[in-house]
Amino acid sequence: MTDTAPDGQYDALLDAIEDGEGYYVECANGHGWLPPRRVCPECGSRELAETPLPGAGEVLTHTTVAVATPQFSEDAPYVTAIAAFGPVNVTGLLRGIEPGDVEVGMSVGVEVGERETTGDRAIVLRAR
Amino acid sequence: MMQPRVAGVGLTPFGKHSERTGRDLFAEAGLAALDDSGVDPDDVEALYYGNFMGELAEHQGHQAPLMAEAVGLDVPATRYEAACASSGAAVREAVRALRSGEADVLLVGGEERMTNIGTAGATDALSIAADDLYEIRAGMTFPGAYALMARSYFREYGGSREDLAHIAVKNHDHALPNEYAQLRKEISVEDALGAPTVADPLGLYDACPITDGASTAVLVSADYAERHDLDAPVAVTGTGQGGDRMALADRKYFARTPAADDATAEAYDDAGIGPDDVDVAEVHDCFTIAEVLALESLGFYEPGEAITAAREGETHATGDLPVNLSGGLKAKGHPVGATGVAQVVSIVKVLQGQTSWAEEVGDARVGVAHNAGGTVASATVHVLEVVE
Repeated sequence: MTDTAPDGQYDALLDAIEDGEGYYVECANGHGWLPPRRVCPECGSRELAETPLPGAGEVLTHTTVAVATPQFSEDAPYVTAIAAFGPVNVTGLLRGIEPGDVEVGMSVGVEVGERETTGDRAIVLRAR
Repeated sequence: MMQPRVAGVGLTPFGKHSERTGRDLFAEAGLAALDDSGVDPDDVEALYYGNFMGELAEHQGHQAPLMAEAVGLDVPATRYEAACASSGAAVREAVRALRSGEADVLLVGGEERMTNIGTAGATDALSIAADDLYEIRAGMTFPGAYALMARSYFREYGGSREDLAHIAVKNHDHALPNEYAQLRKEISVEDALGAPTVADPLGLYDACPITDGASTAVLVSADYAERHDLDAPVAVTGTGQGGDRMALADRKYFARTPAADDATAEAYDDAGIGPDDVDVAEVHDCFTIAEVLALESLGFYEPGEAITAAREGETHATGDLPVNLSGGLKAKGHPVGATGVAQVVSIVKVLQGQTSWAEEVGDARVGVAHNAGGTVASATVHVLEVVE
């Protein structure tokens, strides 16, 4: 990562997750998204409310990546998964479980971790 | 409407040409298409050019004028970027310009140099077709993204790694007689299942190779073709494009590709055809599972039903609907920015009877080309027909 400036609301979200105050934005029709969003891409609503992320999410799909990019070479093999936290889906590194034991439907929490290769922050899904 | 014609096509061999510059690759393909077309190069009015990772692979932005110059053209030139659908998007814009009457002769093409930056570099460069903040930083790779889709597909509809292996075997078989293909090697289902895992459930043989190459076509108005008595029997009769949310997590479906559904509906409507009219297809099989999703979006199969098509032989040259006779991205190779036009080139050759599979395929009159970007946040579909 050569960027030195933070990435606005992405880094602000990670700060909030680290403080145990993760959130997403939700429109009046219940569509949920991670920030930054100024408009709901589903229904066009511009009334988006910051809403606390539920404490537990459910894994929807996952993969164990064996061939990684250079930025993840020392992390590999690692698990990337998508989990549903209420109406918002979160993609993260899934940790706290052996890759072979990961199952669709398992319960995960969300936290911020470090990438082993670069030390950069990453969204981590933690097996519960 | 008078539909634009394909007057000439050109390809470089697809493969590992690490030491060849992008401009040299494009020049080879571009000059081949001009020669094939019989069009006076002075009549070419613009270049529509597709390329994805030129900044990363060659530290070269602003590539389109460079490529026009490489084929000896002093014309306006613009690069189109839609990840792996870059040159599909370029074809679409060229077709629209020709239909509007604003142009009579256009060169459309694509080029990608990838092997010079190695497997790790190419994996990195390909990954940026995903959402940087919320996918790449969570370890998403290009194979990883399709692995997430494959797992969802298996869970929702059924299917197995063995079903996917049959797709790889079929496309390798199709590539055997294709002198432009990168992987001209017969493989077995056992080979595919025994290959190293890239991102489970996908293995090495589920993935297209990393490829250098270029592709071009000379597209002309029907009026120009007639005035110059060109031998250009194939027309682009339908074009469509669709879009979807960038990040897989933000999609309604992980095991369907609505962008390609939309592109298909538009292209079929444009051409006045339906899926039953199609004789042959080139689809975007960057991974084996992607061929399944493409066949369902193109309406050849209902969602959940294309997974067994290759295993049943339906999509082989000897089957009812030959798919990826060129070998597809899987075996022909996938120089990403060149793929969309290369698919059009392959269809044109089949419709003109210039395929080693001519005997098996018989008289094909209608073909479609399906080109997808990222995890199908972009898709283009083109219908080509023999019109004279």
